[in-house]
Amino acid sequence: MTCAQTITDYALRSIGMGERLLPRADYTLCQQFTLIGSGLIWNLYFAFLALAFGFVLANGLAVAKASRHPWARGPANAFIFVFRGSPLFIQFFIAYEALVLLPRAGVDILGITVQTSWMTRAWAGGLFVLILNTAAYSAQIFHGALMSVPKGDVEAADAYGMTGWTRFRRIIWPTMMRLAWPSYTNEAIFLFHATTLVYFSGFPAFQQRGDALYYASYFADKTFNPFVAYPIAAAYFVAATLALIWLFGRVNRRLNRHLPGQVRRVKYRPQIVR
Amino acid sequence: MFSYCTDPSSLEGLAWLSCYLTSGTHLLFYGSFGTVLLLLAITAPVALLFGFGGAMASRSRVAPLRWFGKIYTSMVRGIPDILFFLFVPIALDQGFEWLRAKMLCESDAPIRQGNDFVVCAAAKLPLSTSPPWVHDAYGIFLAVIAFSVVFGAFAANVLYGAMQAVPHSQLETAEAYGMTQRQVTRRVLIPQMWTYALPGLSNLWMILIKATPLLFLLGVEDIVYWARELGGSKTSAFTYPHPDWRLYYFLGILVFYLLMTFISERVLARVTRRLSRGQATMGAGVSA
Repeated sequence: MTCAQTITDYALRSIGMGERLLPRADYTLCQQFTLIGSGLIWNLYFAFLALAFGFVLANGLAVAKASRHPWARGPANAFIFVFRGSPLFIQFFIAYEALVLLPRAGVDILGITVQTSWMTRAWAGGLFVLILNTAAYSAQIFHGALMSVPKGDVEAADAYGMTGWTRFRRIIWPTMMRLAWPSYTNEAIFLFHATTLVYFSGFPAFQQRGDALYYASYFADKTFNPFVAYPIAAAYFVAATLALIWLFGRVNRRLNRHLPGQVRRVKYRPQIVR
Repeated sequence: MFSYCTDPSSLEGLAWLSCYLTSGTHLLFYGSFGTVLLLLAITAPVALLFGFGGAMASRSRVAPLRWFGKIYTSMVRGIPDILFFLFVPIALDQGFEWLRAKMLCESDAPIRQGNDFVVCAAAKLPLSTSPPWVHDAYGIFLAVIAFSVVFGAFAANVLYGAMQAVPHSQLETAEAYGMTQRQVTRRVLIPQMWTYALPGLSNLWMILIKATPLLFLLGVEDIVYWARELGGSKTSAFTYPHPDWRLYYFLGILVFYLLMTFISERVLARVTRRLSRGQATMGAGVSA
């Protein structure tokens, strides 16, 4: 089998297209590269959607955490405490066990039967946990940034007669984003790397459709040789992480475009995020 | 455990629960919390040592050493830690067995035969004749190394940053007093860097706590393993039949971790305040 043939067979294997059977013997380098790359689709899927939804949720949470009303502040604090204080791995297990307990036949809501079986699948259940997890960490970052928005900015907005939503949208939020962005970049990298946990944490890989690390460990188990499959997966992740850093760097430059000379390079500093 | 536990099927309510929660397997489950704490207690200092080595290496003036340090500190930026947890134990295991095979085995048969990794019985680690606890200890040893490699790299990042953050004037003053490079490092740089490193290291401790359930992936019988074993539904063939209780076991583990991180956060905030006394930094309140 030529390498081009392998690629057409397996490039979309992780999302159920192409050859059903995984290679069983004589694992070639080409097969390993193709399948692990195919698994990367899931990592990108989880990372992209979790970051998108988590970002929105985190903004709400950060504002709620800064609110003067205990009814808004309390739940936001509790949510952030639980999700930042416990391991993601355990959160996956709990979510899976809780979702499995839902009635098989579906739940009746207002006369409509809502199917529940899809929720125990990784693409939904895993994504759900990742959204909540990244929302909690990002909310903490955004809250910190919100607290360090310069008072002068807000007073100037007041002087212009801006209030409420206008003031938040035009003055506070852009500054908050600008201050939070370097830390948020780190959070995004952490989350991207955390997507590899989904298929190792109770969520079954349906029909052996898993992520990059799932296929890497498949090959490592079958060939009993960790020195090929894992470095391939590592190379994919390094490339994807560099792309992510570049993308977030572009956004950072845009957020700081009114402050020439202030654009600090977004540095990866794992010590300040999680 | 208790005298009335001899026939659990006749018990009800609290008495049943008290017997259930003190059964032999549950005592092993409680013991596995000790495994987690043991891992933390061993890994934290070893990782700090690795990190210190990595940070010193990336400041070295010897080029190959510096490259090694740079690669070591930057590898965790691009590669997920879980990948290391899967890779390091099996790679180390094969590495040790390969070395032992070179020394101990008489035959010259190739070690890697197709999809197999074959060494003679004398080179196996641990030996197939050794007692079960040696197998367990070896598994935990590999896990500790894997954790230390990953968290050492994180710590190297933190310590490298902290060494860069020590005010240059302090080092120059030390040089002006006639100290050699080595003396400057030992007497000024290293004592002074800890204040700058502390916020990062406290955060790293939190990450380390939250990474301990990954022991399960390494095949160690840790709390996640026991929660899955004990929580799974038990038919009437078992002494204590019950439906699927895994959710409750995992909620228990969740509470354990919330307590761990909560207490750590409190203690670290206090240590930060203490250490930043008399330092010309912003100090307190940077534990997050």
